[in-house]
Amino acid sequence: MKNISGTKVAKGKVVSAVLLKDLRIELRSRVVTNQVLPFAGLVMVMFAFALDNDDVLERVAAGLIWLATLFSLFMIVQRSFAIDTADGALDSLRVAGIDLAAVFFGKAIALALKLIALEVVLICGAVLLYRVDLSANGLVLLVTCVLCATSGLAFVGTLYGGLTAGAKGRETLLPLLLLPVVAPVLIAATRATEAAFGSGGAQTSEGWAWIGLLTVFAAVFGVGGSLAFGSLIDE
Amino acid sequence: MIVNFSDVVIVYDNFPALAGASFEIASGEIVLLQGPNGAGKTTLLRACAGLLPIARGTATVLGCDLSVERSAVRTKVGLLGHANGLFQDLTVAENMSFWSRLIGASDRDVETAMQIMGLSDRLSAIRVANLSAGQRRRCALATLIVRRAQLWLLDEPHAGLDSQGRDELDKTLRSAREAGATVVFASHEIDRAQNLATRFLNVVGGVVTAS
Repeated sequence: MKNISGTKVAKGKVVSAVLLKDLRIELRSRVVTNQVLPFAGLVMVMFAFALDNDDVLERVAAGLIWLATLFSLFMIVQRSFAIDTADGALDSLRVAGIDLAAVFFGKAIALALKLIALEVVLICGAVLLYRVDLSANGLVLLVTCVLCATSGLAFVGTLYGGLTAGAKGRETLLPLLLLPVVAPVLIAATRATEAAFGSGGAQTSEGWAWIGLLTVFAAVFGVGGSLAFGSLIDE
Repeated sequence: MIVNFSDVVIVYDNFPALAGASFEIASGEIVLLQGPNGAGKTTLLRACAGLLPIARGTATVLGCDLSVERSAVRTKVGLLGHANGLFQDLTVAENMSFWSRLIGASDRDVETAMQIMGLSDRLSAIRVANLSAGQRRRCALATLIVRRAQLWLLDEPHAGLDSQGRDELDKTLRSAREAGATVVFASHEIDRAQNLATRFLNVVGGVVTAS
């Protein structure tokens, strides 16, 4: 975009400004660390209480990690857009003619970093609570899975967060819209994580096909989101 | 002319919020929009900012045809509505820094804007959430100065300000005018606004008439 004085502002500068702003606000308010993380931890512990069987827990650990991540995603997305809509800042960005595709990427990267921090804790929790094993090859697959799945979740979360940001009842609307869309990520990430953990005798090599699906999902919502975000916010 | 509307109609849900508005605003004017609630003042301001599609008529703002160049006009105007457009968890300085990075303004531009708005070093380190309503308003206006908006569109700018804050706001708007900006604002503070404005437009039932 061009600014008022007619000089061109690089898209990267807008991305980094939005990214740093979101991370700075998180570091200051600590909502993810003080509220979302304990919530996700509680989900994991409650599942452990409910299932109360080491064999079952070891087998379903992958699914529980990603379910807890999805539940946490709703909270993080809502928080991410609440800070932008509380005093009309998102509207100001729109009014000022800022490149909204760059805003989309800035917010998505900030969301992805928060999710990755959360997932690392959840995976460590699963290793301790559910006693899953992780080989070196499994670790490589798991890291790849986390990166690909998180990218997809961050892109789709930012897109739907923008869509519902100005809507009435957005707290309930967001999960309702987002859950069906992220179902492929839940399935693929769970299968890939099961392969990484070797749950139920699964081989590590079986997981890489699911990484392909996660990559396609992330690419589709990355490109589609950057194209649609501006129009959605504008409406 | 900075703003030129000719028989402009803007429709919300089959309701004409602006019903054939025709008026002109010249460079350097401070124009007060007068009218009751729901008359179309906010619609008029948002239309000038390029936020609303025009159903009929022709409108140009700062040389941009609003029928085809709505996004272009947005980089030239500054709209301040009822909200301030600030991030509550960031300090005044961080909010200003965020905006300056977005639009490629220099640190010097930020310092100048903060000086004009009386945002001292002490205030600049305070989170926006901890500021008074008047201080937040000043911070929001400072972002318009940083953006070097040529046309300031203000919806109830005096709302929430104490007497001193209102005086400061009036002084700022006069300074902005002297610096070459054109100001269009809606206000229910009629006596104060009439002292500030150089011209008035009446907005009633979506119809705009000169006063």
